[in-house]
Amino acid sequence: MTTRIKFLRALTFGVATAGLLATGPVNAKVEGDTITLGSAISFTGKYSTNGIHAKRGYNLAVKRINETGGVKVGGKAYKLKIIYYDDESTPLRTAQLAERLIKQDGIKFFLGPYSSATTKAIAPITEKYKIPMVEAEGASRSLFTQGYKYIFAVLSTSEQYLASSIALAAEIAKKNGKKPSSVRVALAFENDPFSLDVRAGVMDDLKKYGMKAVIDDKLPRDLSDMAATLTKVKALKPDLLVISGHSKGAATAARQIKEMKIKVPMIAMTHCESAKVIKNFGASTNGFLCPTQWAETLSYSGKLFGSAADWNKLFKATYDGYKNVPYQSAQASAAVMVWKDAFERAQSFDTEKVRQALSETNMKTFYGDIKFSKAGNNIAKPMVLRQIQNGKLNVVAPSKWASHPVEWPRK
Amino acid sequence: MLDNISLLIQAPLLNIQLLLDGLFIGAIFALAAYGLALVWGVMNVKNLAQGDFVMMGGYIAWLLSTYGIHPIFGLPVAMVIMFGFGWLIYITIICRIINRDLFTSLLATFGLALVIAQLLNLAFGPEVRVAISGFAINSFFDGMVTVANIKFIGLVLAAILAAMVISFMKLSRMGQAIRATAQDPRAAKVMGIDTERIYAFTFALNAAICGAAGALISMIWVIQPFFGIAYSIRSFVIVTAAGLGNLPGVIIAGLGLGGAELYAGFVFGAELQQFTVVGLLVVVLVVRQIQQRKHRQAVQ
Repeated sequence: MTTRIKFLRALTFGVATAGLLATGPVNAKVEGDTITLGSAISFTGKYSTNGIHAKRGYNLAVKRINETGGVKVGGKAYKLKIIYYDDESTPLRTAQLAERLIKQDGIKFFLGPYSSATTKAIAPITEKYKIPMVEAEGASRSLFTQGYKYIFAVLSTSEQYLASSIALAAEIAKKNGKKPSSVRVALAFENDPFSLDVRAGVMDDLKKYGMKAVIDDKLPRDLSDMAATLTKVKALKPDLLVISGHSKGAATAARQIKEMKIKVPMIAMTHCESAKVIKNFGASTNGFLCPTQWAETLSYSGKLFGSAADWNKLFKATYDGYKNVPYQSAQASAAVMVWKDAFERAQSFDTEKVRQALSETNMKTFYGDIKFSKAGNNIAKPMVLRQIQNGKLNVVAPSKWASHPVEWPRK
Repeated sequence: MLDNISLLIQAPLLNIQLLLDGLFIGAIFALAAYGLALVWGVMNVKNLAQGDFVMMGGYIAWLLSTYGIHPIFGLPVAMVIMFGFGWLIYITIICRIINRDLFTSLLATFGLALVIAQLLNLAFGPEVRVAISGFAINSFFDGMVTVANIKFIGLVLAAILAAMVISFMKLSRMGQAIRATAQDPRAAKVMGIDTERIYAFTFALNAAICGAAGALISMIWVIQPFFGIAYSIRSFVIVTAAGLGNLPGVIIAGLGLGGAELYAGFVFGAELQQFTVVGLLVVVLVVRQIQQRKHRQAVQ
């Protein structure tokens, strides 16, 4: 048995080494007039759909930058190029491919992978080799508590996803002449790192307002039924029901909220869009509050792409088959824009100088404002909350960006 | 925990909701586990791809629904396609491992499970899918108890399917032959039974049952290429708890598991829902071990 394992290990190692040796000549990060960025991202496996959304976002920005004069460093215009590898949605593979990008391909500037899990796997490596990475798809707050210095994220971190729904509930309670602390909240979160991050943000806000969690269920990863939790919701009649469990959680919750006729005045959940709850469950989803990193209706705008709506139009014109463009693509485009901006301010390709320029980023884009904290997360852009109103997603919070008033209570 | 128990006492109607939902979920589990018990009992193959067969059935029903065919009609189609698929898998893979040791059959079916999950992922993408039955939802007791018709239909269909399979096994020639092969393949062969065909039929029947379960799951819960494993695990839990070769026991264990899951989820919170069920399995195994030891001692 052990000899067999040893043999398999040796075999795997051998094949991997042979694979590495067989790869072509070593590329440099900047050759001629081309700056090469590298990314190990998911084209197959469970993250493949969003991995491809992200790749298209990256490519669109590269195309646009190259068409509009490229990146100007030292009086010369450089074109951007990205080398991709498919990490098969497995963090271990992402880490291996990161090493390969650095050692074999000589890449000095990274774009992030898709998902928090794969970003977590890659961050220690970029850190070790002091390679700056701008990432757009890893939201877990644990990425920004490790003291990493070479990771920069354009998106809002996961603990902000649903926290705004608590603030909104407090606002509504006040408007109705009640104390925010009287609001009773039911929590149903999947027991995985992402959802627990989201939950941590919600818990902080609950504490802030002195609200009480009457239900606090953590759903196991392979649970496909929420009937027990929802039966409790029916019995306890909370004022706000907060749910996060990826697409499966959203689809299951939306289906069972409809089937069990759950009447809670306010329901907030992540992944409404990826679970296609409006299309699948129709009118019963009216009033759901769904957080999003970005929406094409927001009045953000910036230099390269114009407004959010302009980017949205360009994306749809470039790639067929999108009815709604996912925010995953928008933030990927933003990450490439951050690179261009940093190169131009650094006027150098020295990784330390570029890292310094990245840390001083302060720009307005179609995706929102981008400014990094010391930890590397974007602190200038809020999460926005959209509500499903008559089958449409309308921005209702924060009030600065709201296009519609919130409908309360939901019918 | 005590709050939750007192809730159940104060509002007894909640018990009805939990029991009903437990029954619905349990019926589907029982269906998938029934197929597993059949294959395990007759061929001594532990099929780790059970849950992936279930997902395939779900995808067939969902795919047909995107072409405007109601998923309830997708159910028989899923059964037929999966029957053929099961037969194909038998003659290509399972027939080569049936006489090998336990490890080989586990490895082969595990490999099969991975391949099916990845193929589903390549074909349909990793999104969560739901097939919409569009059936009405009934409320009782002022909305305190709700029953979606599709769940009720699922329960009835599961019961009909189980009844058909049981009577088929008891009454038909094929059923008799299957049971004979399960008892003693060599003797069955001597009596002129084509055991190869019996095995292929049994495996195909199992796939068809999984297909039906999957079609129901696509209408009641959600499907995704990688969710098969959850159904594989539950099937194993049910078959192990019921005891090998105890087909009626599988149905009771399935329903019991469904009910236990929901009560555990309500009383202890969702995080302990499956923990409780697996814990119960351990208790069942320990109790059975003690019983058997007593029995062995008595025999000695």
